[in-house]
This record gives sequence, structure tokens and C-alpha cells, in this order.
Amino acid sequence: MTAKDRSAAILRIENGSFAYKGGPQILKDINVEVRAGEILAVLGPNGAGKTTLLRCMMDMLHWETGRSLLDGEDIRTMPANTLWRRMAYVPQARSAATSYTAFQTVLLGRSARIGAFSSPKDEDMEVAERVMKRLGIWELADKPCHAISGGELQMVLIARAMAAEPELLVLDEPESNLDFRNQLVVLDAMTSLAEEGVACVFNTHYPAHALQRADRSLLLTKGGMNIYGPTKFVVSEDDIRSIFGVNAIIGDFDAVGSTVQSVVPVSIVD
Amino acid sequence: MKSGRDGRLPLGWKLILIVLPFIAATIALGIGRMSISSGEVLDVLAARLSGGHAGSMLVEKTVMNLRLPRILLAILVGAGLSVSGCAFQSLFANPLATPDTLGVASGASFGAALGILLGFDLIGIQISALVMGGVAVTLTWLAGSGRDRGGLSYIVLSGIMMGSLFSALVSLVKYVADEESQLPAITYWLMGGLDKANYKTLALGAPVIIAGVLLFMLIRWRMNLLPLSDDEAKASGVDIRLLRGVTVVAATAITASCVSMCGQVGWVGLLIPHMCRMLFGNNHLAIVPASVSLGAVFMIIVDTMARSISAAEIPVSILTAIIGAPVFIYLMRRSGGWRI
Repeated sequence: MTAKDRSAAILRIENGSFAYKGGPQILKDINVEVRAGEILAVLGPNGAGKTTLLRCMMDMLHWETGRSLLDGEDIRTMPANTLWRRMAYVPQARSAATSYTAFQTVLLGRSARIGAFSSPKDEDMEVAERVMKRLGIWELADKPCHAISGGELQMVLIARAMAAEPELLVLDEPESNLDFRNQLVVLDAMTSLAEEGVACVFNTHYPAHALQRADRSLLLTKGGMNIYGPTKFVVSEDDIRSIFGVNAIIGDFDAVGSTVQSVVPVSIVD
Repeated sequence: MKSGRDGRLPLGWKLILIVLPFIAATIALGIGRMSISSGEVLDVLAARLSGGHAGSMLVEKTVMNLRLPRILLAILVGAGLSVSGCAFQSLFANPLATPDTLGVASGASFGAALGILLGFDLIGIQISALVMGGVAVTLTWLAGSGRDRGGLSYIVLSGIMMGSLFSALVSLVKYVADEESQLPAITYWLMGGLDKANYKTLALGAPVIIAGVLLFMLIRWRMNLLPLSDDEAKASGVDIRLLRGVTVVAATAITASCVSMCGQVGWVGLLIPHMCRMLFGNNHLAIVPASVSLGAVFMIIVDTMARSISAAEIPVSILTAIIGAPVFIYLMRRSGGWRI
């Protein structure tokens, strides 16, 4: 990203509320802001509406009230092929296995830039190659996506999203179902993309990952309430107790050259 | 020879796939009760193209009026059914989807049977088949869509329902048909055969098939988005509802046109796309043109066998099944199943 004003919000959700037809209020008064280069973590127990929030945010579901703005523009009224050049979505890997090769899958990320009667040009292939090399998965290029590991597939899906050259990256539980090492690979990739100026929003089951990676966090409760703010204030022992119903300890671990924060769940609140 | 990194066909394969249907057609034009050499066939074709005549009157009539329309029909039906099958398999992300998944072939069969019952001429039967094919798909669409949720699986289910409903209606027509004349005609028609081919039926059916196949050729890269899940497809920035709608309309129009000209020809729409997927991978840049070409070649071969193995014509769908089933099982076992 060039001389972009880093203080301006890339994504803003204003007073977002949502309920499924005939169901209870799932999301109420969501107000969120993500700037270029920032990471927002969305936390909450199963069924609190994390995925619903992402889908409303991207206008795959429609907010009941409120709206999401991309760089000040209402996402709902933006033409799809403009919106999806600037925002990109990384679905959960398990719902996304295709049998194209990794390179061909990444190329699909260029769809919004390729005409209906056209096919990828040299420029599109160069972008796909660059993104895959950037994420360290170029050696997967010719492997079919059903024949690679879950961690590799998740990286391919991130590469597909990045091939759109977006300003905002939305990731749905990118590190779930992955082993220890691959969790780090995926989180590191997201963090380094943020360092390059991409705004990131990710859902996660792990409060520790929010603590370690996210500038801000949004905590959702089952009853439709939410807590939002800088991660170090909102991901606290108190809030984890009230939101997840779990007594947890947040502690610092000394690692080589840095301190790593982690969350250890201790017991269930009666 | 493998496909290119981005999935398109390598030049060598492109050439083979372009030339193969012409070679098959030229050879098939010479095969029949009167054997004509390929050289003679080419002479006649060249002469007719430039407005002149070559060879004897009998040879020219056999090539131009008897065999050529039939081979043109085989090309159209083979290419059309293969590419429709390929599109449906991707659309429903289901390797067993066929051109009849939405009930169009059953609807068209009912239309044809009804046409025979009511004593229509060939063109009338063809139009009746086209119309009822369209009615069946429209009913499927109305029954399966609407509500926001459910999506494609509802449409597939209502397609299966509509298919069996129209099969029942076909049985009803057969039941009330005159068993001396109409019942055999309907039965024979339903078995499928390219013997009804003439330039008049082609003029009515060919434009739709050609337009549909060309459309699929044009949007073939974009067809790669068809098997993706809803959210992923939306996030591509492409109007996915439009893409799916266009795919359904084009594939069903092609299928209805094919059925209206030659009855139900099974297996082509299943076998050929899978053969192409095995050869070239799943990228539509490759498998759409490959399905068009190999579908045409397959149908030329099968139809030539149908009319020349024995003195009496063998219904073509019997042959496609006899060839198709074992080949399909062989392919399936060799590749260990498919993913779309």
C-alpha cells in the first residue's frame, strides 16, 4: 500500500443489528472500526454469531439496521466487482476443497478483474505467482487442492484472497482445525500482510490468538451483547469469564527476545 | 501431454481436438451399405461447397442427403449433451449430474410422445418436445427456488420429482396410445435414434445447440466458479446468480433441442465430461472445448455403428449404454472416483 492515510478507517460497521427470521436478536448495536494495517479479532462462544457477523459485514446477509462502510462507502450499494477488488474473503478450509490445482485456485481470486468472456492474462498469472511466492507456497502450484494438507489449503485460500489485491481481508476461523505449527504459519501470514498495510478481520475460537495478534477485539455473547475495544482491555480474565463462562488466567511467557501472552482455561463457571 | 499451469489446453491437444471430429466425420461419411472412399467423400464435399458436382449422382445423394445431415446431427448432439453434462456436474458440484438432472429430457420425451399420440408430423413432434422440455424445467425452477434458503439442493430434488412426474406422463401417453401404430412409434422414438435427421429438423434444432455451445465456450473460464460454495462464489465479485441462471438456461435449451431431434440419448453427458476431466483436470478452460470435440467424435462413432453393424438400425441409446457403462466403471476404478 502506498501513501495511504493510515489513520482513516478502511472498514466501519455502524449500529449493526441482525436477527434470523423469527429468531432472537443475534447481533445488536455493533460498532467497529478497522484501519489500514490493523487486525480485528472477533471472539465468542459457539452460536454467538461470529460467522453471522462476518456475513452481515460483507453483505452476504443483510443488516436489519445499521450498515458497513468500506472506506466511507456503503458496502450494500457498491457494485460487486468493485467491492470484491477491495475486500477479500477467506472461507474455512474444510468447506472449500476444490479439485483445481493450487495455482488455478489462486487465479480464481482475480475473477472480479477478468471479464465474463475472458480468461486470465499474463498480468493475472504474475500476480498469482507473486502472491504464492510471498506466502511461501509456490511449490504447491501444480498440486490439486484436494491432495494437499489442511494447513496448505488454508494458505492457498489466503493466497486466492490476496490475488484480488484487497485493502481488507476477512478470514473465517483461519486457524481452526490446524495443527500447532500450521496455526502459526497462518497467523504469521495474516500478521505480515497487516504489516504491509492490509486491514484484517478474523474470527477465532482462541482468545490467546486475539491477544497475540489483534489490535482490537470484538467479543460477542450468546444474548446478543458485545464488548469492543483495544484487545489488551477487552480480552481480560473478567470478560472471558462473563462471555465464555470459563475461569481463565492470562499470563506472560518469556520467549527468546519477546514476551508472549497466553490464556489458560482453568475451570467452568457454575 | 498435460494442461498448462493455468489450466488451458496445450497447443498439441488443441490441434488434435480440432482435427479429430473432421477426420471422424469424413470416415463416417464413407461407411454404410454403399462404401465410399474418403477421397471420394472429400471430392463431393469440395464440389458441393463450390457449387459444382463430383462423382456419380448416387454417391452425391448418399453423402449429401442421407449421411451428412445425420453426421451433422451426431456432432451437434454429442457436443451439446457433453458440454451440458459438464456444466451441470460443475453447477451442482456433483459428478453424477447429467443433462437430465432438472427433468428437461423427461419433459421433452413427454412432449414428443404426446406429439406422436396427437398425430403431429416430425416438425410438430420436435416443437412439442421443445415446449414440454421448457415447461418441465420451468416447473422445476418454480418448485425449487423462491425461498432464500436451500438453494441448489432444492432445485436438484424438485428436478428429480419433475423427472419422475413426466416419466409417469409418458407412461400414461403410451397406455392410451394405439398399440398397433402409435405405441411402437413412441417406444422407438424414446429409445433415441439419429435416423430422423434431415435438413429441416436440423434447421429448427441446430441454432439453439450451436448458440448454447458457443456461449459455454465463451464463458468457460468463468465456469470455474460454478462448483464453489455460495459465499465463496459471491466473494469472487462475479454475479453468481446470473452465471448459474445462464448455465441452467443454456444447458437445458441444448438438452431439449437434442431430445427433440433424436430422442433420449443417455450416457454421453456423463461419460465424455468425465473422460475429459481424467485427461485434462477440472479446469473448464480445457474440459469445455475437450467435451465439445470428444462428444462429437464419440457420437459420430456410436451412430455410425448404430446404422452399419446390422441391416436393421440399432437404437443409439442402447449402444451408448452398452459402451458407456463398462467404460465408465473402468474409468471410475482407475481414477478412484472423482471430485468436482
